[in-house]
Amino acid sequence: MPIILDKVSHIYGEDTAMAVRALDNISLVIPDGQFIGLIGHTGSGKSTLVQHLNGLMKSTSGSIYFNGEDIDSEGFDKKELRSKVGLVFQYPEHQLFETDVFSDVCFGPKNLGLTKKEAELRAYAALKLVGLEDDYFYQSPFDLSGGQKRRVAIAGVLAMKPEVLILDEPTAGLDPKGRDEILDQIAKLKRETGITVLLVSHSMDDVAKYVDRIIVMNKGRVMYDEEPREVFRQYQALEAVGLAAPQVTYIMKELRDHGYDVSDEVTTIEEAKREILAYFRER
Amino acid sequence: MGIIKVRDLVYEYIRRDEEGNVEGITTAVDDVDLDIEQGDFVAILGHNGSGKSTLAKHLNAILYPVEGTVWVDGKDTKEEKYVWDIRQTAGMVFQNPDNQIIGQIVEEDVGFGPENMGVPTKEIWERVEESLKAVGMYQFRKFSPNKLSGGQKQRVSIAGVIAMHPKCIVLDEPTAMLDPKGRKEVIRAVRALNDVEHITVILITHYMEEVIHADKVYVMDQGKVAIQGTPREVFSEVEKLKELRLDVPQVTLLAYELAKEGFHMPKGVLTNQEFREALDQCMR
Repeated sequence: MPIILDKVSHIYGEDTAMAVRALDNISLVIPDGQFIGLIGHTGSGKSTLVQHLNGLMKSTSGSIYFNGEDIDSEGFDKKELRSKVGLVFQYPEHQLFETDVFSDVCFGPKNLGLTKKEAELRAYAALKLVGLEDDYFYQSPFDLSGGQKRRVAIAGVLAMKPEVLILDEPTAGLDPKGRDEILDQIAKLKRETGITVLLVSHSMDDVAKYVDRIIVMNKGRVMYDEEPREVFRQYQALEAVGLAAPQVTYIMKELRDHGYDVSDEVTTIEEAKREILAYFRER
Repeated sequence: MGIIKVRDLVYEYIRRDEEGNVEGITTAVDDVDLDIEQGDFVAILGHNGSGKSTLAKHLNAILYPVEGTVWVDGKDTKEEKYVWDIRQTAGMVFQNPDNQIIGQIVEEDVGFGPENMGVPTKEIWERVEESLKAVGMYQFRKFSPNKLSGGQKQRVSIAGVIAMHPKCIVLDEPTAMLDPKGRKEVIRAVRALNDVEHITVILITHYMEEVIHADKVYVMDQGKVAIQGTPREVFSEVEKLKELRLDVPQVTLLAYELAKEGFHMPKGVLTNQEFREALDQCMR
């Protein structure tokens, strides 16, 4: 179910002296099955944008279409939209509240009006999708590690069977292994279910490794919307807006600046290794 | 004795059920020794739940040892009469900037600490000015904190700590919630405090590239110090760090990967320049 944004703007405090234009004339298409990275410095409009995609916020002007229907038109079922477009907020584990993991994940599907059995089946499937072992199902979510809690919170959203999954910095505060585990799990989930994933991240290294398209936000506008290598080639422009390229891109730049004829369109360690090996082989 | 000395430190979290009976005991810090000299830049790494934050909270008497002793500037943290001295000697900065700022205006927030200590008004203003200048936030002194970016807020938090003239500052994942620019700003400010003001820095982080300039790195696992040494020594242990759920900077990893392919790359390469120079050697 594609999402189409047509000239969407959002102004906080419109018609007051404090008015701030957080989204400025944004047009985007989010087709089915893409893995998209959304990057931008703090305050660039990322979070405002994602909250429009499931109707939590209403645009000041412009239109948003989900599966061809205008989400602000009369009679549009926003509740259904929110189950189809799942949003995992930052530090989602702060929103866990049930006495055990399994009940927490059941909460969403139950609220959709499903039967207890149906809700439990979905909760079970969702917990399997995030790779949580059965042993944890009846533990208090508060006794789990940071990475496990976050999986439970993501499972809570997956149990709603969304077609689009939006994750706002799902790895903030996790250790490196925890970061890789969560992102590998999401990549696997995407491969297996064909779900659309929109990943909001401050880690350029992670974005470069996983996504096939990057949207860069700056001052409420879309600055770039391209493949990772195309985006990171503009590293100077990215730095000017508080971002950067992955570390490995700078290593390749250092080599190029000193006469190595290697590509600077490298964004992951594997690519860099291949590039350097090829360079030495050709000599 | 250095600014911080820790001997045989053990700390246990005791879980109780609803009736107050002990359900289980988690040993968060298990027999740790630390020696930190005045002016050192020390980094502490470790996976979630490895005991880093629990250890850090002992350094300014938020937690007290169950066993062993912590001395801050020669004072035993278990002695109640020293608590305020210790908290003034070792200031702490936490992960979320929004939980640490209380003032309506930046300069008020920074002045809060020294005011509470009973510093005379004139000196408070001097301290506010020098602290904000030290973190590069002086031009924002009249701003409301909620108009600032994450990195700016975090630098205001740091200014609030250094206005109390600590000898030591403990930062518990200060960059976890920041964008790349914010992270860079905060790390730059912290390094400047260490280089210029000779304030002892203890930095806890999950970002490996932030610790390459540290004098010493401690890696925690299961409450114990698993590895310690210079950044170069620690990051030479790529496999061991991965076992401990950690990582190495990308440049270190790339050099390591090339070494596996037969390149003569030294262990623990830390900067892009070092990497390029090592590769130059391979070209010969």
